[in-house]
Amino acid sequence: MSTNGDARVILDPTGERSVDKREKAARLASLDGTTVGLLDISKPRGDIFLDRLANEFESRGATIKRYKKPTFTKPAPFDLRQQIASECAAVVEALAD
Amino acid sequence: MSLHPPATRSKESLPDGLVVFVKRECPTCELVAPVLRELAKGSALTVYSQDDPGFPEDLEVGDDTSLEASWRNEIEAVPTLLRVEGGVEQERAIGWHRGEWEALSGRSGLGPGLPELRPGCGSLSVDPEFATKLELQFGDSKLVSRRIELARLEDEIEAMYDRGWSDGLPLVPPTEQRVIAMLEGTTRSPDEIVADIPPDLVPCTVEKVAINAVMAGCRPEYLPVVLAAVEAACTDTFNMHGLLATTMSSGPVMIVNGPIRKRLGMNSEMNALGQGHRANATIGRALQLVVRNVGGGRPGEVDRAVFGHPGKLGFCIAENEEDSPWPSLASDLGAEPGKDMVTLFPGEGPRTIVDQLSREPESLARSLAETLRGIYHPKAIIAFDAILIVGPEHARVFREAGWSKDQLEARLHELCQIPSEDLVRGAGGMAEGMPQKAPVETLPKFRPDGIHIMHCGGFAGLFSVVIPGWVGGDIGSTITMKEIGS
Repeated sequence: MSTNGDARVILDPTGERSVDKREKAARLASLDGTTVGLLDISKPRGDIFLDRLANEFESRGATIKRYKKPTFTKPAPFDLRQQIASECAAVVEALAD
Repeated sequence: MSLHPPATRSKESLPDGLVVFVKRECPTCELVAPVLRELAKGSALTVYSQDDPGFPEDLEVGDDTSLEASWRNEIEAVPTLLRVEGGVEQERAIGWHRGEWEALSGRSGLGPGLPELRPGCGSLSVDPEFATKLELQFGDSKLVSRRIELARLEDEIEAMYDRGWSDGLPLVPPTEQRVIAMLEGTTRSPDEIVADIPPDLVPCTVEKVAINAVMAGCRPEYLPVVLAAVEAACTDTFNMHGLLATTMSSGPVMIVNGPIRKRLGMNSEMNALGQGHRANATIGRALQLVVRNVGGGRPGEVDRAVFGHPGKLGFCIAENEEDSPWPSLASDLGAEPGKDMVTLFPGEGPRTIVDQLSREPESLARSLAETLRGIYHPKAIIAFDAILIVGPEHARVFREAGWSKDQLEARLHELCQIPSEDLVRGAGGMAEGMPQKAPVETLPKFRPDGIHIMHCGGFAGLFSVVIPGWVGGDIGSTITMKEIGS
């Protein structure tokens, strides 16, 4: 009997996420008067790094809001991501150890 | 005789009257050939022959050597006699049974001289050699994954490497036919979502798990274990995302309990953690391929392991329950007896404990505790759980002394109390440690439920094994068990 079990056609094992280019969010023209979020991911000494960044941003006219993930081992909770997106024009996420 | 179940396969309408499916190589079909000739005289009779359109002689016979009509009408044995009205099957008789054939055809005195009944033979359309090919050829494929056509000059194994699907070893090409055969291993629908796979949190269907299981080299009957493992891995408690992303060496370790270990031929004895057994090797591999391919979790990208370990290719252990002096790991975690369970633990490579002289349980417990105390760093406390696999010859020492598993576990916790002064920074000449001495005499190496004891391994050798865990508890990963479904 015939078969069309053609080994030359295989099924995609991936999540088939589109790899089409995504546009970057618009860059800020200036920090003056903006609100910048600083996200501590709960790694040791991330706060030291973020403290320095906060000084630098404030000296350039930005207002700082601080956030913290419950643990660095898991993605940021959805609500936290939403909150940052609604309150800030930009965010810096710190990794440290 | 049975009323036919609702049709699940699309089919062209059958001719009204009687329809029979036969094959020449079936002795019962040979036996009923005279009956068919008799029926053809007074009734509308359509004959489909699966292997030889010249059989039965002296009848007009439909050629079903393609097996399409047999497949579409879900014929499981020959001869099968159908009664059709308005193009729709009303009832069927399977094999030769005079009473049923007479009732179905409305004729009497059929086959004088034949025995009252004679079972038929298997239909070629359900022969394992053909079944998946027929499903592929005539079925309405439910598979929705993107088809990737390989170029004429592409080697299929190399093509899969080039696309980044491999863990480093060759993969079995996931053809539609192989994936359909794999899906026969589960009752779940191909489009059912199993879990969101980290790190990309892509909803993963049964079909995608099956494709990766094919690539890993699994047999269809392994699929339910892989599905349960994927579900367990993607829980918040197991936290596959963090385990993948960590710089530490660990990866998912699977432990299988229950009767399914025997059905799948899993090895729980000599070389229990090693190579050489298909089920152990491919089930663990399939989970890692799902994370890699569906979730997008690849080494050097979100997988930030400094070292990793060889078990990240796949690490699947079967517990030897039958020879264990104690309840199984699954039982400790709350499974009912006799259930098939898969447990996921975030583990790094196994470390062997050799004690060839202890014949008393207290002495042996001290040897085991000494190694447990040292995992990761002698000053690393509470953060990491561990699996302790007590090998058969060590288990014998505890069995003969009448030590229960609870007793051993409790004693190990006692022996893994570490003096606080040994844990501070600088103690022992090592900068690593706690900032200051805790205001207690000792601190525990493990969380109260941080030591998991199980049993497997070869029967000669006074050894046990520790598998150190990753960050335990809510901020990391907790041992997670799921029942293996169908």
